[in-house]
Amino acid sequence: MSHLEVKHVSKSFDGKAVLRDVNLELRDGELVCLLGVSGGGKTTLFNVISGLILPDDGEVLLDGKNITGKPGHISYMLQKDLLLPYRTIEDNVCLPLLIKGEKKKTAREKAAPYFKEFGLDGTQKKYPKQLSGGMRQRAALMRTYLFSQDVALLDEPFSALDTITKSSLHTWYLNIMEQIHLSTLFITHDIDEAILLSDRIYLLSGKTGTITDEIVIQEAKPRRQDFNLTEEFLRYKREILKKI
Amino acid sequence: MKGKLQNITSRISTFIAIAVLLALWQICSTLGIVPSYMLPSPVRVVQAFIKEFPLLMQHLGVTLAEAFLGLGCGITFGFLMAVLMDRFEFLYKAFYPIVVLTQTIPTVAIAPLLVLWFGYEMMPKVILIVIVTFFPITVGLLNGFRSADKDAINLLRAMGAGKFQIFRYIKLPGAMSQFFASLRISAAYSVVGAVISEWLGGFAGLGVYMTRVKQAFAFDKMFAVIFLISFISLLLMKLVDFLQIKCMPWENKKHE
Repeated sequence: MSHLEVKHVSKSFDGKAVLRDVNLELRDGELVCLLGVSGGGKTTLFNVISGLILPDDGEVLLDGKNITGKPGHISYMLQKDLLLPYRTIEDNVCLPLLIKGEKKKTAREKAAPYFKEFGLDGTQKKYPKQLSGGMRQRAALMRTYLFSQDVALLDEPFSALDTITKSSLHTWYLNIMEQIHLSTLFITHDIDEAILLSDRIYLLSGKTGTITDEIVIQEAKPRRQDFNLTEEFLRYKREILKKI
Repeated sequence: MKGKLQNITSRISTFIAIAVLLALWQICSTLGIVPSYMLPSPVRVVQAFIKEFPLLMQHLGVTLAEAFLGLGCGITFGFLMAVLMDRFEFLYKAFYPIVVLTQTIPTVAIAPLLVLWFGYEMMPKVILIVIVTFFPITVGLLNGFRSADKDAINLLRAMGAGKFQIFRYIKLPGAMSQFFASLRISAAYSVVGAVISEWLGGFAGLGVYMTRVKQAFAFDKMFAVIFLISFISLLLMKLVDFLQIKCMPWENKKHE
Protein backbone atom coordinates (compact mmCIF):
# COMPACT_ATOMS: atom_id res chain seq x y z
CA MET A 1 0.00 0.00 0.00
CA SER A 2 1.29 3.41 -0.82
CA HIS A 3 -0.12 6.82 -0.86
CA LEU A 4 1.80 9.89 -1.89
CA GLU A 5 0.50 13.33 -1.05
CA VAL A 6 1.88 16.73 -1.90
CA LYS A 7 0.29 19.47 0.18
CA HIS A 8 0.44 23.21 -0.40
CA VAL A 9 3.94 23.12 -1.84
CA SER A 10 5.45 26.44 -2.92
CA LYS A 11 8.92 27.11 -4.16
CA SER A 12 10.54 30.17 -5.66
CA PHE A 13 14.00 30.78 -7.05
CA ASP A 14 15.44 34.30 -6.86
CA GLY A 15 12.02 35.73 -6.00
CA LYS A 16 10.35 34.07 -8.97
CA ALA A 17 7.63 31.61 -7.95
CA VAL A 18 8.04 28.30 -9.76
CA LEU A 19 5.51 26.37 -7.72
CA ARG A 20 2.61 27.97 -5.93
CA ASP A 21 0.37 26.06 -3.53
CA VAL A 22 0.62 22.78 -5.42
CA ASN A 23 -1.57 19.96 -4.15
CA LEU A 24 -1.63 16.51 -5.62
CA GLU A 25 -2.20 12.97 -4.66
CA LEU A 26 -1.11 9.58 -5.97
CA ARG A 27 -3.18 6.67 -4.78
CA ASP A 28 -2.19 3.04 -4.66
CA GLY A 29 -1.68 1.48 -8.10
CA GLU A 30 -2.53 4.66 -9.97
CA LEU A 31 -0.74 6.25 -12.87
CA VAL A 32 -1.04 10.00 -12.64
CA CYS A 33 0.36 12.39 -15.20
CA LEU A 34 1.62 15.87 -14.59
CA LEU A 35 1.16 17.67 -17.88
CA GLY A 36 2.70 21.02 -18.61
CA VAL A 37 5.06 22.93 -20.84
CA SER A 38 8.80 22.25 -20.56
CA GLY A 39 10.57 24.28 -17.92
CA GLY A 40 7.31 24.96 -16.14
CA GLY A 41 8.27 23.83 -12.67
CA LYS A 42 7.63 20.14 -13.24
CA THR A 43 11.18 19.14 -12.54
CA THR A 44 11.31 21.38 -9.48
CA LEU A 45 8.25 19.58 -8.16
CA PHE A 46 9.98 16.25 -8.76
CA ASN A 47 13.05 17.39 -6.89
CA VAL A 48 10.83 18.45 -3.99
CA ILE A 49 9.06 15.08 -3.94
CA SER A 50 12.30 13.10 -4.08
CA GLY A 51 13.65 15.21 -1.23
CA LEU A 52 16.51 16.80 -3.13
CA ILE A 53 15.28 20.33 -2.54
CA LEU A 54 13.34 21.79 0.32
CA PRO A 55 10.14 23.65 -0.58
CA ASP A 56 9.62 27.13 0.84
CA ASP A 57 6.26 25.99 2.08
CA GLY A 58 4.18 22.83 2.26
CA GLU A 59 4.95 19.19 2.79
CA VAL A 60 5.32 15.80 1.10
CA LEU A 61 3.73 12.80 2.76
CA LEU A 62 4.34 9.14 1.97
CA ASP A 63 1.78 6.90 3.66
CA GLY A 64 1.14 9.73 6.09
CA LYS A 65 4.84 10.09 6.99
CA ASN A 66 6.43 13.46 6.44
CA ILE A 67 9.35 13.06 4.03
CA THR A 68 9.76 16.72 3.03
CA GLY A 69 13.39 17.41 2.18
CA LYS A 70 14.45 13.88 3.10
CA PRO A 71 16.02 11.95 0.24
CA GLY A 72 16.16 8.18 0.33
CA HIS A 73 12.43 7.49 0.13
CA ILE A 74 11.40 8.03 -3.47
CA SER A 75 13.54 7.42 -6.51
CA TYR A 76 12.97 8.69 -10.00
CA MET A 77 13.79 8.08 -13.59
CA LEU A 78 14.66 10.70 -16.16
CA GLN A 79 14.79 11.11 -19.90
CA LYS A 80 18.50 10.40 -19.54
CA ASP A 81 18.79 6.79 -18.39
CA LEU A 82 21.74 7.65 -16.11
CA LEU A 83 22.97 4.08 -16.18
CA LEU A 84 26.60 4.08 -15.12
CA PRO A 85 28.67 3.10 -18.16
CA TYR A 86 31.22 1.20 -16.11
CA ARG A 87 28.75 -1.11 -14.39
CA THR A 88 27.00 -4.06 -16.00
CA ILE A 89 23.20 -3.89 -16.26
CA GLU A 90 22.99 -6.23 -13.29
CA ASP A 91 25.22 -4.02 -11.17
CA ASN A 92 23.40 -0.91 -12.34
CA VAL A 93 19.98 -2.11 -11.29
CA CYS A 94 21.39 -3.40 -7.99
CA LEU A 95 22.82 0.01 -7.14
CA PRO A 96 19.89 1.19 -4.97
CA LEU A 97 20.14 -2.01 -2.93
CA LEU A 98 23.89 -1.54 -2.46
CA ILE A 99 23.26 2.03 -1.34
CA LYS A 100 20.81 0.72 1.23
CA GLY A 101 23.70 -1.32 2.58
CA GLU A 102 22.99 -4.77 1.13
CA LYS A 103 25.81 -7.12 0.20
CA LYS A 104 26.53 -7.46 -3.50
CA LYS A 105 25.50 -11.09 -3.52
CA THR A 106 22.14 -10.61 -1.82
CA ALA A 107 21.42 -7.59 -4.00
CA ARG A 108 22.00 -9.68 -7.13
CA GLU A 109 19.81 -12.45 -5.78
CA LYS A 110 17.02 -10.00 -5.08
CA ALA A 111 17.24 -8.48 -8.54
CA ALA A 112 17.50 -11.78 -10.43
CA PRO A 113 13.77 -12.67 -10.66
CA TYR A 114 12.84 -9.30 -12.15
CA PHE A 115 14.98 -9.40 -15.28
CA LYS A 116 12.43 -11.52 -17.01
CA GLU A 117 9.49 -9.34 -16.07
CA PHE A 118 11.24 -6.24 -17.29
CA GLY A 119 12.17 -7.92 -20.54
CA LEU A 120 15.86 -7.71 -19.72
CA ASP A 121 16.71 -11.38 -19.48
CA GLY A 122 20.14 -12.04 -20.95
CA THR A 123 21.40 -8.49 -20.46
CA GLN A 124 22.70 -9.04 -16.91
CA LYS A 125 26.38 -9.10 -17.85
CA LYS A 126 26.17 -6.49 -20.59
CA TYR A 127 27.23 -2.89 -20.32
CA PRO A 128 24.74 -0.06 -20.96
CA LYS A 129 26.34 0.96 -24.22
CA GLN A 130 25.65 -2.49 -25.60
CA LEU A 131 21.89 -1.96 -25.30
CA SER A 132 19.41 0.04 -27.36
CA GLY A 133 17.78 3.19 -26.00
CA GLY A 134 14.52 1.38 -25.24
CA MET A 135 16.28 -1.40 -23.35
CA ARG A 136 18.29 1.11 -21.37
CA GLN A 137 15.09 2.87 -20.26
CA ARG A 138 13.71 -0.49 -19.13
CA ALA A 139 16.85 -1.06 -17.09
CA ALA A 140 16.52 2.44 -15.62
CA LEU A 141 12.94 1.65 -14.66
CA MET A 142 13.99 -1.63 -13.09
CA ARG A 143 16.56 0.24 -11.03
CA THR A 144 13.84 2.66 -9.89
CA TYR A 145 11.59 -0.26 -9.06
CA LEU A 146 14.27 -2.06 -7.04
CA PHE A 147 14.70 1.10 -5.02
CA SER A 148 11.10 1.49 -3.94
CA GLN A 149 8.64 -1.15 -4.90
CA ASP A 150 5.61 1.09 -4.64
CA VAL A 151 6.08 4.61 -5.93
CA ALA A 152 7.97 5.66 -9.05
CA LEU A 153 8.54 9.15 -10.32
CA LEU A 154 9.13 9.32 -14.04
CA ASP A 155 10.29 12.56 -15.64
CA GLU A 156 9.65 12.39 -19.39
CA PRO A 157 11.16 8.90 -19.44
CA PHE A 158 10.36 8.11 -23.06
CA SER A 159 10.68 11.51 -24.70
CA ALA A 160 14.16 10.85 -26.12
CA LEU A 161 13.03 7.73 -27.96
CA ASP A 162 11.72 7.43 -31.50
CA THR A 163 7.93 7.16 -31.98
CA ILE A 164 7.85 3.42 -32.61
CA THR A 165 10.04 2.49 -29.64
CA LYS A 166 8.08 4.95 -27.52
CA SER A 167 4.75 3.40 -28.44
CA SER A 168 5.99 -0.12 -27.73
CA LEU A 169 7.30 1.03 -24.37
CA HIS A 170 3.90 2.54 -23.55
CA THR A 171 2.22 -0.83 -24.05
CA TRP A 172 4.98 -2.50 -22.13
CA TYR A 173 4.72 -0.03 -19.26
CA LEU A 174 0.96 -0.47 -18.84
CA ASN A 175 1.52 -4.21 -18.81
CA ILE A 176 4.26 -4.22 -16.27
CA MET A 177 2.37 -1.88 -13.97
CA GLU A 178 -0.34 -4.51 -13.75
CA GLN A 179 2.19 -7.20 -12.94
CA ILE A 180 4.32 -5.47 -10.35
CA HIS A 181 1.72 -3.12 -8.92
CA LEU A 182 3.57 0.14 -9.13
CA SER A 183 2.07 3.57 -8.48
CA THR A 184 3.49 6.10 -10.88
CA LEU A 185 3.71 9.84 -11.07
CA PHE A 186 4.59 10.66 -14.62
CA ILE A 187 5.81 13.99 -15.98
CA THR A 188 5.28 14.70 -19.63
CA HIS A 189 4.62 17.45 -22.13
CA ASP A 190 3.12 14.97 -24.58
CA ILE A 191 -0.69 15.15 -24.42
CA ASP A 192 -1.23 11.86 -26.27
CA GLU A 193 1.10 10.03 -23.95
CA ALA A 194 -0.69 11.46 -20.93
CA ILE A 195 -4.15 10.41 -22.10
CA LEU A 196 -2.94 7.00 -23.19
CA LEU A 197 -1.30 6.07 -19.90
CA SER A 198 -3.04 7.95 -17.11
CA ASP A 199 -5.85 7.37 -14.71
CA ARG A 200 -5.77 11.07 -13.92
CA ILE A 201 -4.03 14.08 -15.38
CA TYR A 202 -2.98 17.20 -13.51
CA LEU A 203 -2.45 20.27 -15.63
CA LEU A 204 0.43 22.38 -14.34
CA SER A 205 0.61 25.94 -15.55
CA GLY A 206 4.12 27.16 -16.21
CA LYS A 207 3.05 30.79 -15.90
CA THR A 208 1.56 30.70 -12.43
CA GLY A 209 3.20 27.53 -11.09
CA THR A 210 -0.15 26.17 -9.98
CA ILE A 211 -2.15 23.10 -10.85
CA THR A 212 -5.03 24.48 -12.91
CA ASP A 213 -7.11 21.42 -13.50
CA GLU A 214 -7.50 17.70 -12.91
CA ILE A 215 -8.88 15.41 -15.61
CA VAL A 216 -9.98 11.85 -14.97
CA ILE A 217 -9.58 9.42 -17.86
CA GLN A 218 -12.53 7.04 -17.49
CA GLU A 219 -11.33 4.45 -20.00
CA ALA A 220 -10.81 1.13 -18.19
CA LYS A 221 -7.45 -0.65 -18.01
CA PRO A 222 -6.00 -2.61 -19.68
CA ARG A 223 -6.76 -0.27 -22.54
CA ARG A 224 -7.51 -1.17 -26.10
CA GLN A 225 -4.58 -1.09 -28.50
CA ASP A 226 -6.31 1.52 -30.62
CA PHE A 227 -7.54 3.70 -27.77
CA ASN A 228 -5.59 6.63 -29.16
CA LEU A 229 -7.58 6.41 -32.41
CA THR A 230 -11.04 6.60 -30.82
CA GLU A 231 -13.46 9.50 -30.60
CA GLU A 232 -13.18 9.24 -26.80
CA PHE A 233 -9.48 9.91 -26.95
CA LEU A 234 -9.95 12.95 -29.16
CA ARG A 235 -12.57 14.32 -26.83
CA TYR A 236 -10.06 14.20 -23.95
CA LYS A 237 -7.44 15.78 -26.14
CA ARG A 238 -9.75 18.66 -27.12
CA GLU A 239 -10.65 19.21 -23.49
CA ILE A 240 -7.00 19.38 -22.45
CA LEU A 241 -5.98 21.63 -25.32
CA LYS A 242 -8.72 24.03 -24.37
CA LYS A 243 -7.72 24.12 -20.73
CA ILE A 244 -3.98 24.25 -21.06
CA MET B 1 39.04 -7.22 -40.05
CA LYS B 2 39.53 -3.90 -41.73
CA GLY B 3 40.56 -2.27 -38.44
CA LYS B 4 43.11 -4.95 -37.79
CA LEU B 5 44.60 -4.61 -41.24
CA GLN B 6 44.88 -0.85 -40.83
CA ASN B 7 46.54 -1.36 -37.49
CA ILE B 8 49.14 -3.66 -39.03
CA THR B 9 49.77 -1.27 -41.92
CA SER B 10 50.34 1.67 -39.59
CA ARG B 11 52.73 -0.43 -37.53
CA ILE B 12 54.64 -1.47 -40.61
CA SER B 13 55.14 2.15 -41.60
CA THR B 14 56.52 2.92 -38.13
CA PHE B 15 58.97 0.04 -38.42
CA ILE B 16 60.03 1.11 -41.91
CA ALA B 17 60.65 4.67 -40.70
CA ILE B 18 62.82 3.42 -37.84
CA ALA B 19 64.70 1.04 -40.13
CA VAL B 20 65.40 3.83 -42.62
CA LEU B 21 66.72 6.12 -39.87
CA LEU B 22 68.98 3.37 -38.53
CA ALA B 23 70.26 2.60 -42.02
CA LEU B 24 71.05 6.29 -42.65
CA TRP B 25 72.84 6.48 -39.35
CA GLN B 26 74.88 3.35 -40.13
CA ILE B 27 75.81 4.73 -43.57
CA CYS B 28 76.92 8.06 -42.08
CA SER B 29 79.20 6.25 -39.64
CA THR B 30 80.61 3.74 -42.11
CA LEU B 31 81.37 6.40 -44.71
CA GLY B 32 83.01 8.51 -42.01
CA ILE B 33 80.73 11.53 -42.57
CA VAL B 34 80.54 11.84 -38.80
CA PRO B 35 83.69 10.75 -36.89
CA SER B 36 82.98 7.47 -35.10
CA TYR B 37 84.28 8.67 -31.70
CA MET B 38 81.51 11.30 -31.70
CA LEU B 39 78.71 9.19 -33.14
CA PRO B 40 79.24 5.42 -32.91
CA SER B 41 77.43 3.32 -35.51
CA PRO B 42 74.26 1.42 -34.49
CA VAL B 43 76.17 -1.85 -34.80
CA ARG B 44 78.76 -0.64 -32.28
CA VAL B 45 76.01 0.52 -29.94
CA VAL B 46 74.45 -2.94 -30.05
CA GLN B 47 77.85 -4.52 -29.44
CA ALA B 48 78.39 -2.25 -26.45
CA PHE B 49 74.93 -3.12 -25.16
CA ILE B 50 75.64 -6.85 -25.35
CA LYS B 51 79.05 -6.50 -23.74
CA GLU B 52 77.75 -4.34 -20.90
CA PHE B 53 74.50 -6.25 -20.50
CA PRO B 54 75.10 -7.76 -17.00
CA LEU B 55 76.30 -4.41 -15.64
CA LEU B 56 73.42 -2.55 -17.28
CA MET B 57 70.90 -4.96 -15.75
CA GLN B 58 72.42 -4.44 -12.32
CA HIS B 59 72.05 -0.69 -12.61
CA LEU B 60 68.63 -1.04 -14.19
CA GLY B 61 67.47 -3.01 -11.15
CA VAL B 62 68.41 -0.11 -8.87
CA THR B 63 66.79 2.48 -11.14
CA LEU B 64 63.58 0.49 -11.49
CA ALA B 65 63.37 -0.09 -7.73
CA GLU B 66 63.60 3.68 -7.19
CA ALA B 67 61.14 4.38 -10.00
CA PHE B 68 58.53 1.93 -8.74
CA LEU B 69 58.84 2.99 -5.12
CA GLY B 70 58.66 6.66 -6.13
CA LEU B 71 55.77 6.08 -8.51
CA GLY B 72 53.88 4.07 -5.90
CA CYS B 73 54.29 6.84 -3.33
CA GLY B 74 53.52 9.46 -5.99
CA ILE B 75 50.27 7.73 -6.94
CA THR B 76 49.22 7.37 -3.31
CA PHE B 77 50.07 10.96 -2.50
CA GLY B 78 48.48 12.26 -5.72
CA PHE B 79 45.33 10.26 -5.04
CA LEU B 80 45.02 11.53 -1.48
CA MET B 81 45.55 15.13 -2.58
CA ALA B 82 42.88 14.78 -5.28
CA VAL B 83 40.36 13.20 -2.91
CA LEU B 84 40.91 15.81 -0.21
CA MET B 85 40.82 18.73 -2.63
CA ASP B 86 37.63 17.39 -4.16
CA ARG B 87 36.01 16.85 -0.78
CA PHE B 88 37.00 20.13 0.84
CA GLU B 89 36.73 23.23 -1.27
CA PHE B 90 38.97 25.26 1.06
CA LEU B 91 41.78 22.74 0.62
CA TYR B 92 41.39 23.08 -3.13
CA LYS B 93 41.64 26.86 -2.91
CA ALA B 94 44.57 26.70 -0.50
CA PHE B 95 46.67 23.97 -2.08
CA TYR B 96 45.98 23.92 -5.79
CA PRO B 97 48.23 26.92 -6.53
CA ILE B 98 50.97 25.38 -4.39
CA VAL B 99 50.65 22.08 -6.24
CA VAL B 100 51.08 23.92 -9.52
CA LEU B 101 54.03 25.82 -8.07
CA THR B 102 55.88 22.55 -7.29
CA GLN B 103 55.92 21.84 -11.02
CA THR B 104 57.67 25.09 -11.86
CA ILE B 105 60.76 24.06 -9.89
CA PRO B 106 63.31 22.56 -12.29
CA THR B 107 64.13 18.98 -11.32
CA VAL B 108 67.82 19.56 -11.98
CA ALA B 109 67.87 22.38 -9.46
CA ILE B 110 66.17 20.54 -6.65
CA ALA B 111 67.93 17.16 -6.98
CA PRO B 112 71.35 18.30 -5.58
CA LEU B 113 69.53 19.93 -2.66
CA LEU B 114 67.73 16.69 -1.91
CA VAL B 115 71.08 14.86 -2.03
CA LEU B 116 72.53 17.32 0.49
CA TRP B 117 69.54 16.87 2.78
CA PHE B 118 68.94 13.14 2.48
CA GLY B 119 72.25 11.63 1.38
CA TYR B 120 73.27 9.53 -1.60
CA GLU B 121 70.95 6.58 -1.00
CA MET B 122 67.42 5.83 -2.10
CA MET B 123 65.60 8.56 -0.16
CA PRO B 124 66.36 11.71 -2.22
CA LYS B 125 65.60 9.84 -5.46
CA VAL B 126 62.24 8.61 -4.25
CA ILE B 127 61.32 12.10 -3.04
CA LEU B 128 62.21 13.61 -6.41
CA ILE B 129 60.15 11.00 -8.25
CA VAL B 130 57.20 11.64 -5.95
CA ILE B 131 57.44 15.36 -6.74
CA VAL B 132 57.35 14.77 -10.50
CA THR B 133 54.80 11.95 -10.56
CA PHE B 134 52.08 13.02 -8.12
CA PHE B 135 51.15 16.11 -10.10
CA PRO B 136 49.67 14.49 -13.22
CA ILE B 137 47.78 12.05 -11.00
CA THR B 138 46.30 14.78 -8.80
CA VAL B 139 45.29 16.98 -11.72
CA GLY B 140 43.86 14.08 -13.74
CA LEU B 141 41.85 12.63 -10.88
CA LEU B 142 40.61 16.01 -9.74
CA ASN B 143 39.37 16.76 -13.26
CA GLY B 144 37.66 13.38 -13.34
CA PHE B 145 35.99 13.88 -9.95
CA ARG B 146 34.80 17.35 -10.88
CA SER B 147 33.35 16.37 -14.23
CA ALA B 148 31.07 13.73 -12.71
CA ASP B 149 27.51 13.86 -14.05
CA LYS B 150 25.44 16.11 -11.77
CA ASP B 151 22.21 14.29 -12.68
CA ALA B 152 23.70 10.93 -11.75
CA ILE B 153 24.87 12.36 -8.42
CA ASN B 154 21.40 13.75 -7.73
CA LEU B 155 19.80 10.41 -8.57
CA LEU B 156 22.05 8.64 -6.08
CA ARG B 157 21.32 11.31 -3.50
CA ALA B 158 17.60 10.75 -4.02
CA MET B 159 18.24 7.07 -3.37
CA GLY B 160 19.76 8.09 -0.05
CA ALA B 161 23.44 7.80 -0.94
CA GLY B 162 25.95 9.55 1.30
CA LYS B 163 29.08 11.40 0.19
CA PHE B 164 31.24 8.29 0.37
CA GLN B 165 28.82 6.23 -1.71
CA ILE B 166 28.65 8.95 -4.35
CA PHE B 167 32.43 8.92 -4.44
CA ARG B 168 32.60 5.14 -4.57
CA TYR B 169 29.95 4.61 -7.23
CA ILE B 170 30.22 7.70 -9.42
CA LYS B 171 33.24 9.91 -8.92
CA LEU B 172 35.97 7.29 -8.59
CA PRO B 173 34.98 4.97 -11.45
CA GLY B 174 34.13 8.01 -13.59
CA ALA B 175 37.68 9.32 -13.17
CA MET B 176 39.35 6.09 -14.25
CA SER B 177 40.18 7.07 -17.81
CA GLN B 178 41.72 10.36 -16.66
CA PHE B 179 43.64 8.45 -14.02
CA PHE B 180 45.17 6.12 -16.56
CA ALA B 181 46.02 8.96 -18.92
CA SER B 182 47.89 10.58 -16.03
CA LEU B 183 49.49 7.32 -15.00
CA ARG B 184 51.04 6.93 -18.46
CA ILE B 185 52.74 10.29 -18.08
CA SER B 186 53.78 9.62 -14.48
CA ALA B 187 55.21 6.20 -15.35
CA ALA B 188 57.47 7.76 -17.98
CA TYR B 189 58.43 10.59 -15.60
CA SER B 190 59.34 8.12 -12.86
CA VAL B 191 62.14 6.50 -14.89
CA VAL B 192 63.47 9.82 -16.16
CA GLY B 193 63.26 11.26 -12.63
CA ALA B 194 65.22 8.33 -11.22
CA VAL B 195 67.96 8.67 -13.84
CA ILE B 196 68.30 12.43 -13.33
CA SER B 197 68.60 12.15 -9.58
CA GLU B 198 71.16 9.34 -9.89
CA TRP B 199 73.12 11.45 -12.34
CA LEU B 200 73.28 14.24 -9.78
CA GLY B 201 74.46 12.06 -6.92
CA GLY B 202 74.40 8.38 -6.11
CA PHE B 203 76.26 5.07 -5.97
CA ALA B 204 74.29 2.90 -8.38
CA GLY B 205 71.67 3.08 -11.10
CA LEU B 206 71.58 3.91 -14.79
CA GLY B 207 72.19 7.62 -14.06
CA VAL B 208 75.39 6.79 -12.19
CA TYR B 209 76.42 4.47 -15.02
CA MET B 210 75.86 7.35 -17.45
CA THR B 211 78.14 9.71 -15.52
CA ARG B 212 80.86 7.05 -15.56
CA VAL B 213 80.71 6.30 -19.29
CA LYS B 214 80.54 10.02 -19.98
CA GLN B 215 83.77 10.60 -18.09
CA ALA B 216 85.34 7.76 -20.10
CA PHE B 217 84.00 9.31 -23.36
CA ALA B 218 82.48 5.90 -24.18
CA PHE B 219 79.89 7.15 -26.63
CA ASP B 220 78.77 3.68 -27.67
CA LYS B 221 77.91 2.79 -24.06
CA MET B 222 76.24 6.16 -23.66
CA PHE B 223 73.94 5.44 -26.58
CA ALA B 224 73.29 1.91 -25.33
CA VAL B 225 72.06 3.22 -22.00
CA ILE B 226 69.98 5.97 -23.65
CA PHE B 227 68.17 3.39 -25.76
CA LEU B 228 67.69 1.16 -22.75
CA ILE B 229 66.06 3.98 -20.80
CA SER B 230 63.66 4.97 -23.57
CA PHE B 231 62.82 1.32 -24.15
CA ILE B 232 62.01 0.85 -20.46
CA SER B 233 59.85 3.99 -20.46
CA LEU B 234 57.95 2.71 -23.49
CA LEU B 235 57.51 -0.67 -21.85
CA LEU B 236 56.07 0.96 -18.72
CA MET B 237 53.61 2.96 -20.79
CA LYS B 238 52.52 -0.21 -22.55
CA LEU B 239 52.09 -1.84 -19.17
CA VAL B 240 49.80 1.01 -18.13
CA ASP B 241 47.75 0.54 -21.32
CA PHE B 242 47.44 -3.15 -20.53
CA LEU B 243 46.33 -2.40 -16.97
CA GLN B 244 43.77 0.06 -18.28
CA ILE B 245 42.24 -2.54 -20.59
CA LYS B 246 42.08 -5.00 -17.69
CA CYS B 247 40.61 -2.47 -15.25
CA MET B 248 38.11 -0.91 -17.66
CA PRO B 249 36.56 -3.82 -19.56
CA TRP B 250 33.48 -1.77 -20.53
CA GLU B 251 35.60 0.50 -22.75
CA ASN B 252 36.13 -2.25 -25.31
CA LYS B 253 32.55 -3.48 -25.57
CA LYS B 254 30.84 -2.72 -28.83
CA HIS B 255 27.21 -1.83 -29.37
CA GLU B 256 25.27 -4.84 -30.60
